[in-house]
Amino acid sequence: MSKLLSIRLVGILVGVFFVLAVLWAFLTGAFAVIQEGELKPATAEHEFHEHPNQYAWSFDGPFGKWDTQQLQRGFKVYNEVCSACHSLKYVAFRDLEALGYDESQVKAFAASKQVPGVDPQTGEATTRPGLPTDYFPSPYPNAVAAAAANNNAIPPDLSLITKARHDGSNYVASLLTGYREVPAELKKEFPDFALSPTGHYNPYFANLGLAMAPPLTTAGQVTFDDGTEATVEQMAKDVAAFLTWTAEPQLVKRKQTGWPVLIFLLFATVLAYLSKKQIWAAAKRKDD
Amino acid sequence: MADTAATATPETAGETDTGIRRRDFLDIAAVSAAGIGGLAVVYPLVSQMAPSKDVLAASSTEVDVASIEPGMAIKAIFRKQPLFVRRLTPQEIQMAEGVAVGSLRDPQTLEERTKEGHKDMLVTMGVCTHLGCVPLGAAVGEPRGEFGGYFCPCHGSHYDTAGRIRKGPAPKNLEVPEYEFTSDTVIQVG
Amino acid sequence: MSFPWAKEYTPTNPVMKFFDEKLPLPRLVYNAIGAGYPVPRNLSYFWNFGVLAGFFLVLQIVTGVILAMHYAANAQVAFATTEHIMRDVNWGWMMRYAHANGASFFFIVVYLHIFRGFFYSSYKAPREMIWLLGVVIFLLMMATAFMGYVLPWGQMSFWGAKVITGLFGAIPLVGEPIQVWLLGGYAPDNAALNRFFSLHFLLPFVIAGVVILHIWALHIPGSSNPTGVEVKQESDTLPFHPYYTAKDGFGLGVALLLYFGLVFFLPNYLGHPDNYIEANPLSTPAHIVPEWYFWPFYAILRAFTADFFFIPAKLMGVLAMFSAILVWFFLPWLDKSPVRSGHYRPLFRKFFWFGLIPAMAVLFYCGGAPAEEPFVMLSQIATAYYFLHFLVILPIVSQVEKPEPLPYSITEAVLGSDDKAVLGENAKPAV
Repeated sequence: MSKLLSIRLVGILVGVFFVLAVLWAFLTGAFAVIQEGELKPATAEHEFHEHPNQYAWSFDGPFGKWDTQQLQRGFKVYNEVCSACHSLKYVAFRDLEALGYDESQVKAFAASKQVPGVDPQTGEATTRPGLPTDYFPSPYPNAVAAAAANNNAIPPDLSLITKARHDGSNYVASLLTGYREVPAELKKEFPDFALSPTGHYNPYFANLGLAMAPPLTTAGQVTFDDGTEATVEQMAKDVAAFLTWTAEPQLVKRKQTGWPVLIFLLFATVLAYLSKKQIWAAAKRKDD
Repeated sequence: MADTAATATPETAGETDTGIRRRDFLDIAAVSAAGIGGLAVVYPLVSQMAPSKDVLAASSTEVDVASIEPGMAIKAIFRKQPLFVRRLTPQEIQMAEGVAVGSLRDPQTLEERTKEGHKDMLVTMGVCTHLGCVPLGAAVGEPRGEFGGYFCPCHGSHYDTAGRIRKGPAPKNLEVPEYEFTSDTVIQVG
Repeated sequence: MSFPWAKEYTPTNPVMKFFDEKLPLPRLVYNAIGAGYPVPRNLSYFWNFGVLAGFFLVLQIVTGVILAMHYAANAQVAFATTEHIMRDVNWGWMMRYAHANGASFFFIVVYLHIFRGFFYSSYKAPREMIWLLGVVIFLLMMATAFMGYVLPWGQMSFWGAKVITGLFGAIPLVGEPIQVWLLGGYAPDNAALNRFFSLHFLLPFVIAGVVILHIWALHIPGSSNPTGVEVKQESDTLPFHPYYTAKDGFGLGVALLLYFGLVFFLPNYLGHPDNYIEANPLSTPAHIVPEWYFWPFYAILRAFTADFFFIPAKLMGVLAMFSAILVWFFLPWLDKSPVRSGHYRPLFRKFFWFGLIPAMAVLFYCGGAPAEEPFVMLSQIATAYYFLHFLVILPIVSQVEKPEPLPYSITEAVLGSDDKAVLGENAKPAV
């Protein structure tokens, strides 16, 4: 008994120790806050950062589907604009068949790209036309070359970009259409705020200064095969849709698999509930 | 009262009686649903072990056969397995055609094993049909066995100049994969 | 090992009879989760979570073994093989999402199981051993989950590994050598990734072993129940099968509906986008957070922002974080109230609902929030309450509280009366 009592006593002492330590930290922090006069110093990044615009996507929602026309347009934007700096290394040419291209189109497109290869005669590193099984080649031979060509800001691989950012599809579309002049209000409120010399003001980017120069600048920069008018917003939305597909090619299949699973489970759960009720009916009775 | 509840419940609700009542039907349905669900889960669990998309996509190979001299062979790779492409000399063609097909373990003529107009171009898998070793004879200086074709050193199977099994434990001729000439000098396998 | 009225296993066919004689596995199952296990008749749905936890353990092992068939634990290719699973392996995306969200559901279910234990004092005699083994399982789960999160080798994987092994760096004198030893290098790389993969594969089987001990220990006193009054007679119990198999079956259905809803429609909701960026040792994400199930303890770690006398803040945080779980080991001896169930403990109940639960909610929230005000101050207050609750309030409340009258038996609690009731029987200490 006395031993148990001592466990409680030690417990209380240990508890008081932790409580005092954390309250000490609290008081130190509170003191600092009182001295500074505010909880959190306001920053331009905090005040002027904007959440992505909410666009309507064909793949949104539990019944979402790809708009293959849009994916093809987005692919064209990637191919003609983004691919100059951004790789797409987890996507193979063969995957493009999911966008509605047939085998020969995929083969022809793959062959139009040069991928790293080996000279069969000399063994030297060289390039060769791509095959459907090859992956999209990187525009730079390595990370150092990528950094050197871009003021030390390595253009990220785009395969997973919409999954690697919060609200990714909206983020990509917003970012591509979000370039503007530094707002006058910002300059007034934060006179010290300065973009880095290579930065471009974009409120959708976390620190407001995006190293990438506006890639989509003029309507008609890309000519869409389906006749859709290539406004900057249209191109941005289409390439965001394409990059949503590259990040999660199984998105539609996933949702389509989900429905039968949930419907079956609902049915099975109702059965399980009725069966449980039946079995328990007798046990709930007071007299039998 | 407590006693009756205790003794009565297990009998009325616990054990299955003979004859199907509503209760039994529900239980059977619920257990069957669980069973069906369990079976449905087996499908992805099994099919995940089948070749993945990248493996399936890589299953065609192009081979340039222009540089193969008569009597020589090259090794290529098809589905991560060796592929032998051999240009036969006229004597080798003669040897292959001089055999009575009926006497073979796996009767096939050279015509059946080559493409029309390319009787000198023997394309086979470099995989012994016995237990999957790579036969010798494709590279310069390797033994070609008693019949001048290929020889598998693992268990002593001899193949002739048409890649047909002639002696040893292998049950079948060297497999001829599906292929076609996309031009006079290029074949596409698979 | 069981109540005298427990049903005896009788093999119905010659095959089962053969088994029963040579290797009585069917009998073991019958007595463990079959009709041979008498269970209090008044268990609520809060008693479903043990079985559910077992289900999710098995699910994690099955999906995990499958993922291991396609994954390569090498820093060069780990991220790429994860994408290979997502893109090329047949149903690979489903396996991975099932595994990632399965970990989350395992923790949801186990947290509910633990808090059931807190409210109904399931840790009290004679069930101390069940509780201790349960805490061991929880610790093993945390280690397993942490190492599993490193395997995809994304940014959060890498920086999580670096930060968590950095905790050991807080140990005076030997801290840094221990961190280097744990990682097999100065930063997470191949050595760390491979050992984490190896241990991540091993530990679930260790967990399964401890789960067997946990269930074994459970079958000695039998299950607890919402009244906290021990089983006295046959009318207090029902056989596990079919009553609780049916009830657990329904509970499993509901859990699976929620789980597959997440797997198929919001598979990345509980994850962090940064883990879809390949690990980069040269760039730390703006806002490092562990997976949500670590948030309360992460909040406690970060609450200690000031040195306390001669103890550096970093060490204090690490001490507090580990102690926050270690105190659970001492609960059976810290809480000495003779009454188990919170339903009959007015004071304890108030501290539980208005103290512990809000404090845990705040810790959960702040652990996932950025390390800035007001979250740091909030988590400091919640941390103070957390330690106060377990180490100070529980021992004192159990001493001064006047419990409400208990029913004589489970039968009385369920049916309203019990012929065998003896007045004032439960006023005696239950232990």
